[in-house]
Amino acid sequence: MKNKYSIFSLIKNAFSQHENWKQAWGNPEPKKEYEAVIVGGGGHGLATAYYLAKKHNMKNIAVLEKGWIGGGNTGRNTTIIRSNYLWDASAGLYDHALKIWENLSQELNYNIMFSQRGVINLAHNLQDVRDLKRRTHANRLNGIDAVWLDTKQVKEFCPIINTSPDIRYPVLGGTLQRRAGTARHDAVAWGYARGADAMGVDIIQNCEVKGIKRNGDQVEGLETTKGFIKTKKIGVVAAGHSSVIANMAGLKLPLESKPLQALVSEPVKPIIDTVVMSNAVHAYVSQSDKGELVIGAGTDAYISYTQRGSHDVVEGTLKAILELYPIFSRMKMLRQWGGIVDICPDASPIISKTNIKGLYFNCGWGTGGFKATPGSGDLFAHTIANDEPHKLNAAFNLNRFVSGDLVDEHGAAAVAH
Amino acid sequence: MFVINCPYCGERDQSEFSCGGEAHIVRPKQPTELSDDEWAEYLFMRKNIKGVQFERWNHAHGCRKWFNMVRDTSNDKIHAVYKMGEKPPVI
Repeated sequence: MKNKYSIFSLIKNAFSQHENWKQAWGNPEPKKEYEAVIVGGGGHGLATAYYLAKKHNMKNIAVLEKGWIGGGNTGRNTTIIRSNYLWDASAGLYDHALKIWENLSQELNYNIMFSQRGVINLAHNLQDVRDLKRRTHANRLNGIDAVWLDTKQVKEFCPIINTSPDIRYPVLGGTLQRRAGTARHDAVAWGYARGADAMGVDIIQNCEVKGIKRNGDQVEGLETTKGFIKTKKIGVVAAGHSSVIANMAGLKLPLESKPLQALVSEPVKPIIDTVVMSNAVHAYVSQSDKGELVIGAGTDAYISYTQRGSHDVVEGTLKAILELYPIFSRMKMLRQWGGIVDICPDASPIISKTNIKGLYFNCGWGTGGFKATPGSGDLFAHTIANDEPHKLNAAFNLNRFVSGDLVDEHGAAAVAH
Repeated sequence: MFVINCPYCGERDQSEFSCGGEAHIVRPKQPTELSDDEWAEYLFMRKNIKGVQFERWNHAHGCRKWFNMVRDTSNDKIHAVYKMGEKPPVI
């Protein structure tokens, strides 16, 4: 890498008041033609371009982003990373990502602030207990670390949780994945952008795709706000707007786009050093390095592209948060926002070829795509480069909605949908 | 959040309603003769439009009746509400 970050570069730049740091990635105009074009400059899209260049030796590629990189769901999620999914296919996919996360700062020479602070999933009723215990067993069979904690152990691990037996949804225990945790979401996009740029990838911001040109069943290029770009391979990683792009190619996807909200509190001193999720009452919380509580709410139950979300959804989440953590009752919330998530009927993603040659989709990550960013990019790059899925994403093809071989993680994956 | 004009009850808060997704997807007349592709199309594939969309809603915490709505999903503006079985308005 041209400008390697190190303790020495930090000291050197300190002498010039940090005013001479080089731009981490360029701002090129699009060329006329690329070997492959990635639509969507979020974490997944940038990671795809990075691995296409790094592992598949494709250098003439571009990432098109309609806004600014990392400004969509990459910058809007609650940064939780874990791999404790129930089904084998999901476990393979998400743990592949987690293994890359563990060494990603070193690989990218960029501090993504990956913190394996553990993720707890709480159980509030007998069925939760059975489901979560079953999932810890399934995880362990797949080589994923998972332990069951009883109520006392949950209290020891996270003392501020209200474990009183007389609350509306008492804590009957929970699962803990110690390797799970959080990362700095913006840094993930920036790190991949810098890495991809260094290998010659063109990252083109403020460039919106307006149409996909086809010749029969082969793609020929893209109409964009910066003109026509010729290419034989298009990888779409447009999250909530995947269906919009698919419709341009005359394709329908099994997706519904809905607003998902999150909110942060005023910053306070360290109070919670892990991530706690609760499926049943729908509340999850962690604390950012700035000290803000980062709280994830649910999706609105209707299709919308408004990036707002309803007040009653936030209200429901905060009710649950206050019952579980009475200590937060006087906290003030600073910001609330929504992102548009594309949800599959089985709550599993699609990383797949389509029946149009040269058109690939990486979508359907729904409410939990951030955790998969490096693995998703790696596997999608493999799929685009070889025109064949990797064995880890073979189950996540579009054809599963025809064959019926769904990866049904709805409710099974400790996901609070 | 927005207000929905239920054709039976009048204006109520959106949180009283639940959305049943895309409207006017016709249930196959001869299910036994459908191919796997046609089943996938019927069950799973959706237009998921950003813009004006026809959809089904249910007044779940009210009269519990189903009806149709024309709504712009890019700004949540409601263009029309009409009863089940009525002809969709031209928007």
